[in-house]
Amino acid sequence: MLGKTANGLYWMFRYLERAENTARLIDTGQRIALTRSGNTDEEWEPVLKSSGTAEMFFAKYDAVTKDRAIDWLLRDKANPSSVLSCHVAARQNGRLVRNAITVEVWEALNACYMRAQEMLARKRSERDLPAVLGALRQSTGLVRGATHGTMLRNEIYNFARLGTFLERADNTARIVDVKYYVLLPSVRAVGSFVDNVQWETILRSVSARGGFRLEYGSGAGPREIAQFLILDRRMPRSLAFCTFKICENLSYLGGESSDLPPSTVLASEIYKDHLTQDIEGIFDIGLHQFLETILAEYGRLGQQIEIDYRFYE
Amino acid sequence: MDQKTYFDEMWGEGDALRSPYAQFNSWFEGQDNSSLRAKQREAEEVFRLMGITFNVYGQQEAEERLIPFDIIPRIISGAEWRRLSKGIEQRVRAINAFLHDIYHRQEIIKAGRLPEHMISENEAFLPHMIGVSPPGGIYTHIVGIDLVRTGPDEFYVLEDNARTPSGVSYMLENRETMLQMFPELFAKNKVQPVETYPAHLRKSLAACAPPMCEGKPTVAVMTPGIYNSAYFEHAFLADEMGVELVEGTDLTVQDGRVAMRTIRGYKPIDVLYRRVDDEFLDPLNFNPDSALGVPGIMDVYRAGGITIANAPGTGIADDKAIYSYIPEIVEFYTGERPILQNVPTWRCSEADSLAYVLDNLEDLVVKEVHGSGGYGMLIGPTASKKEIAAFRKKLKAKPAGYIAQPTLSLSTVPIFSKAGLAPRHVDLRPFVLVSPDGVDITPGGLTRVALKKGSLVVNSSQGGGTKDTWVLEE
Repeated sequence: MLGKTANGLYWMFRYLERAENTARLIDTGQRIALTRSGNTDEEWEPVLKSSGTAEMFFAKYDAVTKDRAIDWLLRDKANPSSVLSCHVAARQNGRLVRNAITVEVWEALNACYMRAQEMLARKRSERDLPAVLGALRQSTGLVRGATHGTMLRNEIYNFARLGTFLERADNTARIVDVKYYVLLPSVRAVGSFVDNVQWETILRSVSARGGFRLEYGSGAGPREIAQFLILDRRMPRSLAFCTFKICENLSYLGGESSDLPPSTVLASEIYKDHLTQDIEGIFDIGLHQFLETILAEYGRLGQQIEIDYRFYE
Repeated sequence: MDQKTYFDEMWGEGDALRSPYAQFNSWFEGQDNSSLRAKQREAEEVFRLMGITFNVYGQQEAEERLIPFDIIPRIISGAEWRRLSKGIEQRVRAINAFLHDIYHRQEIIKAGRLPEHMISENEAFLPHMIGVSPPGGIYTHIVGIDLVRTGPDEFYVLEDNARTPSGVSYMLENRETMLQMFPELFAKNKVQPVETYPAHLRKSLAACAPPMCEGKPTVAVMTPGIYNSAYFEHAFLADEMGVELVEGTDLTVQDGRVAMRTIRGYKPIDVLYRRVDDEFLDPLNFNPDSALGVPGIMDVYRAGGITIANAPGTGIADDKAIYSYIPEIVEFYTGERPILQNVPTWRCSEADSLAYVLDNLEDLVVKEVHGSGGYGMLIGPTASKKEIAAFRKKLKAKPAGYIAQPTLSLSTVPIFSKAGLAPRHVDLRPFVLVSPDGVDITPGGLTRVALKKGSLVVNSSQGGGTKDTWVLEE
């Protein structure tokens, strides 16, 4: 397989995952703003920070408003991580690796792209958002279904999954981090009704409410939620699950020899160092601190993968 | 448009159904027009979803367009095809021999059969190829010969395409589409298959492995990238042959070979089917601004480290000025009279011809010697006085840049239009594979059709479409 093909596969799936998660982020932002009293426009700033595009946003606009933030995240071409930009990039990468993916995957990808172009051609009102975001989630789901259903479990598949899981881990960490950007008015508010509602919305935005309630019951609070999203190996969006999968993929790709590629080694270190402790350990470090550290590690891992598998010269 | 003026391949010169269309016509008469229209639309949907598009560079961004496909096949009898094949094979062999000669002893010039300036002043002549012996002795691994028909037994070669002929993916996808939409037609009509092209292509390329090849030859297709108008075809052929699709940025010269960057390291390529023009192939040896090529690939080639298909420098056989000498060339290298005719051609570089052409611009087709895609040409009979006057100026300024030909009464084949069957002008591009094992001509090829009523311009970039082409067994 060409390094360029591995690159294209990895990025096609990273962009698809990012599109989906940006949509989830918009959803989360909307709901948090709804549960707060006071200036709802300000609530969007932490969301922008979590998306990693705040700096670019403020290069374009002097102040954040709800409408601007939604449009920026949803369809602004100047935002390389907007839902629309991600779909365009995913398809461009898909074209590059056409011969590596099955016809079903290509057609699902193409259909996804055409849907996004159609639904995001014009500015969407806040009222339309649930329907728009839902439809886009469905389209990306089809690509995932085609991938699982038709692709041979070889190097091609592993690079695709690697892209998905690295992006998902990164994005989940950012979504959880949104919680800690929303500064509570006072320390007494920790554990309060408002705090809990906000944690609930985080769960909702990663489609985790049902699963969580089944496992932890209705009395659980923020600590259990954080545990679920960071450490629970059964939860497909948790950092532990994603990192474990990344280790599996890199193990497959890295081969059996004693001379393991640095990315394979780095991935298992990330897992061992950060995701084998319990939630108390994480809260002792400080949730935000923990997330900042692991996000940087994921970034390093991404760079090492590019080197090990010769994505570029 | 009067059907009696042109030869129609289905109805002849009047209303007499020609025999290759007998079975097809009885099927067609039993069809419901609205269901056929639905099938025509279905074909377009399939093409769009599959992304069988080409890029057009318009005002801002590139658009992806479909080349319209018409469901009425162009049908040629086996006997007609046999005659054509003999002529095509003869011509292709002669072109290959010509290329070898022109880059070695230039016997044809010494014999006075071709003026020396036609080669020495020709931009397409590549000095880097002097004395080079391509593996297997093959210069033109893939050739597309553009033919037009003016009567039941009258064919003319319009153009030879010996550099990077394209369109074969449409030939293959058109057949596939017809097989899927109208399987019953193929039960009644014994159509010679074209699906074997990719396998034959791969075999043909592998048979030209370079001296440094070890073991089974590694073949790859080289593309300029996803922004190239024919990218779909490059990816399609690589996929069908089961070989890698590479760009310049995937390649490097290493240990005397050209190697591609895989996730496990660099792997040498033996045979490179490149869809990048000579000029952009090697920034060290040719255009230094090219970002599409591989620095030093030409040196590897000359040392026997890689086979490049088609070989560099074949453009000289493609050339519209050399075209007028092809009949001489066929005779010189085969000792035979040419089976296929050239269109009568006036070289405007010659004073007498120029005078004639200037006097008769309204009746002639004038083409740029180094043009392509149907651009930069004048179709006298349909041009306005203003267009003719403007062209006259261009011609006088640079006469050596032009050739002229009479307008031909191109044959027509019906398309399925809103008004039912309606005749439209067509041409034909058979694809020829050349290897040390012989010349392999795919039965049929690409039929391009001018969709606009009365138009003679079949190029896709100017509104042309395509048809499935059938060569019947008998």
